[in-house]
This record gives sequence, C-alpha cells and structure tokens, in this order.
Amino acid sequence: MNKLRRSMLFMPGNNPGMLQDAAILGADSIILDLEDAVSLTEKDSARILVREAIKTIDYSQVEVVVRVNPLDTEFGAPDVDMIARVKPDTLLIPKADEEEIKLVDKMLNAIEKEEGFEAGSVKIMALVETAIGLENVYNIIKASKRVVGVLLGGEDLTSDLGIKRTKEGEEIFYARNKVATACRALKVDSIDTPFTDTNDYEGLERDTAKAKSLGLTGKAAINPRQIDVIHSVFAPTEAELKQAMRILAAMKEAEKEGKGVFSLDGKMVDAPVINRAKTTVGLGQRLGLI
Amino acid sequence: MNITKVAKAGTLESNDILIMVMPNDSGDVELELESIVMKQFGEVIRNVILNKVQEMGIEGITIKAQDKGALDYTIGARVETAIKRAI
Repeated sequence: MNKLRRSMLFMPGNNPGMLQDAAILGADSIILDLEDAVSLTEKDSARILVREAIKTIDYSQVEVVVRVNPLDTEFGAPDVDMIARVKPDTLLIPKADEEEIKLVDKMLNAIEKEEGFEAGSVKIMALVETAIGLENVYNIIKASKRVVGVLLGGEDLTSDLGIKRTKEGEEIFYARNKVATACRALKVDSIDTPFTDTNDYEGLERDTAKAKSLGLTGKAAINPRQIDVIHSVFAPTEAELKQAMRILAAMKEAEKEGKGVFSLDGKMVDAPVINRAKTTVGLGQRLGLI
Repeated sequence: MNITKVAKAGTLESNDILIMVMPNDSGDVELELESIVMKQFGEVIRNVILNKVQEMGIEGITIKAQDKGALDYTIGARVETAIKRAI
C-alpha cells in the first residue's frame, strides 16, 4: 500500500458507482463517507454497501479510510462494529475528542481479537472540527497508538467558532498552525481541510500551498479533479530536490572531515537544514522523481 | 425466518438496483426482475439475489428488483438492507 497521504478523497458511501471508481482516481487515500454524505434514512444501507465494497473491490493501491458517524449518535457504534470487521486501513472519527478516540480504540481492540486480526492493525484518523477538539489536538493524538493523523475540518470548525469561512482562509490560520505543530511533534500526518470551490483550480493551488507552507502534510479533496493540483503542490520541485541532494552530498564530505556544521554556497548548514533535505529527498524517492 | 412488512432499498441510479421486498403467504421465494442488462446478466443477477435470500434464511418473500447495471456486491448489499428493514 502507498503510505503517502498527500491527497485524501471523500467519496459518498451510498453511491455504488463512485465506490467502484474510487480506487482508480489517483488519490493516495479514499475516504468512504458514512457521515455527511449519507442521509439519515440511508445510514443502514450505506453501512452495508461500504462493507460489501471493501470485501469485494481491489483497493490495494490506495489507503481505505471510512468516515463513520459520530459516536454520540445512534449510528456511530454500529458503523465501527460492522466496518472494522472487514478491516479497512483506517477509520476517520468525526468531531474527535479524547474520550471518543479512546472508545473507538477499545472497540477495535475487541473486534480485532474476535476476528483474529493483528492487534492495532486498524488505524484511526481524528477529524478535528470543533473548538474543543482543536485546543485538545495533542491529547487526541496521544489518546491511542492507532492515531496516524489528523484531518482539519475547516467548515465545521468555523461554524463552531461562529465565524465566516472564506476562500482566503485567514480565519483558520491558527487552526492550521496548531494541527500542523501537534502532528509534527507526535510524528503523524496532518491533513488540511478541503477546498470547496471545485471549479477554482488556482484558488485550490494557493490554498494547498498555504497549507503546505504552514507544515501540513496533505489535503483532503471533495472532487477527483482536485487531486492533480494537490499532488503537484506537495511534490518537491526539481530545484528543491537538486539543492537537497547537494546538501546531503556536502554532508557526507563534511562527515569524512569530522565536521558537524559546514557551509554550502556561503550559507551555514546544520542539523535542521540536513533534516529538511533528507525529508525532501525521501519524498522525491517515494514519488519516483529521483 | 419471515419478513413482516414491505421495505425498499437501493435507487434507480446507474450502477445501482432498487429492491422491494414484501411478505407472501405461499412460503416460497418469488422474484420479479427487470434489468438493463437482462440478456447478458439476467441469470447471474437472479442467482445473486436468491443466494442472498437463502443465506439470510428468509422464506415467504416476494422480491421486485429493478436493476440499473449494479455489480454483485451492490445487489447483495441492497437485498440485505431491504430484508433487514422488512424484518
């Protein structure tokens, strides 16, 4: 399975045609949605359809994430119970707080034991989309070893904050920083909120670049047409790759000479610069660019 | 096991199938199938529906199915949903 999470594409869970196509649209992860994309009267139907889709369709090239309903609704626990038994890669938990993550972790422990799955094999991604969740994001990630990332839900968050959501996104600047920092500190992925105007590719590019510049590692998508733009922003440029490789080559030379700090093109190179270069080269290798 | 009421699941959108189930007194499984791919896959669709009904141990059921090109996994899922709603 491809472990990159540059793009995570939402797909409605009650639409057979879209579930069939989900694997081949080019996203790193697909999020089969049982929550907002499914009406209250079709929750049972979507749950069974998504279960059958995971059992039947070859999703081996993508990460299969299922967004279940919130655990404080009547649908959340049945979603986890039915879907975990067909072993999706990851469950996306909406309106995440610590208690909810701990509860899902406990449910998954029991299900994995009953089904004979390897312990801890079903991962959790926390959807942070409330003020309380945002302020608690570090503890949410720490609440279970299964947590592999946080997805920032900008629409619900701004609604909870009682503020207007704009295309420029200044209102979620703090949230992006907070999520990116907590995720980096605990070495999990941080996924930015989707860009909702699916016809504005320039806006999408700017919005994705902004998220990347603040340290977020991927972006959610709500339309397959958004994937290419997101991937192009998250891919290192040729110049960035060249420079990173020069830094690593210079580092090897410096190591031979026993130097911890050295200079390249007149600029000091130390551990943070080297780490950034290693990350860039690593990403370039995973994307097959070098 | 028997179902007790009429129930539906699925849609008439492409790649989907609309299933309606209702109890009958004969104790048999009766199936009326319409499909846009009847000639090519009618028999396969029929078997998927009947296997699912049998797997769930249901008797005395009339099923009306309108298929719009659903794959087996969708057919099975919609039949299961309709039956669960009708129990």
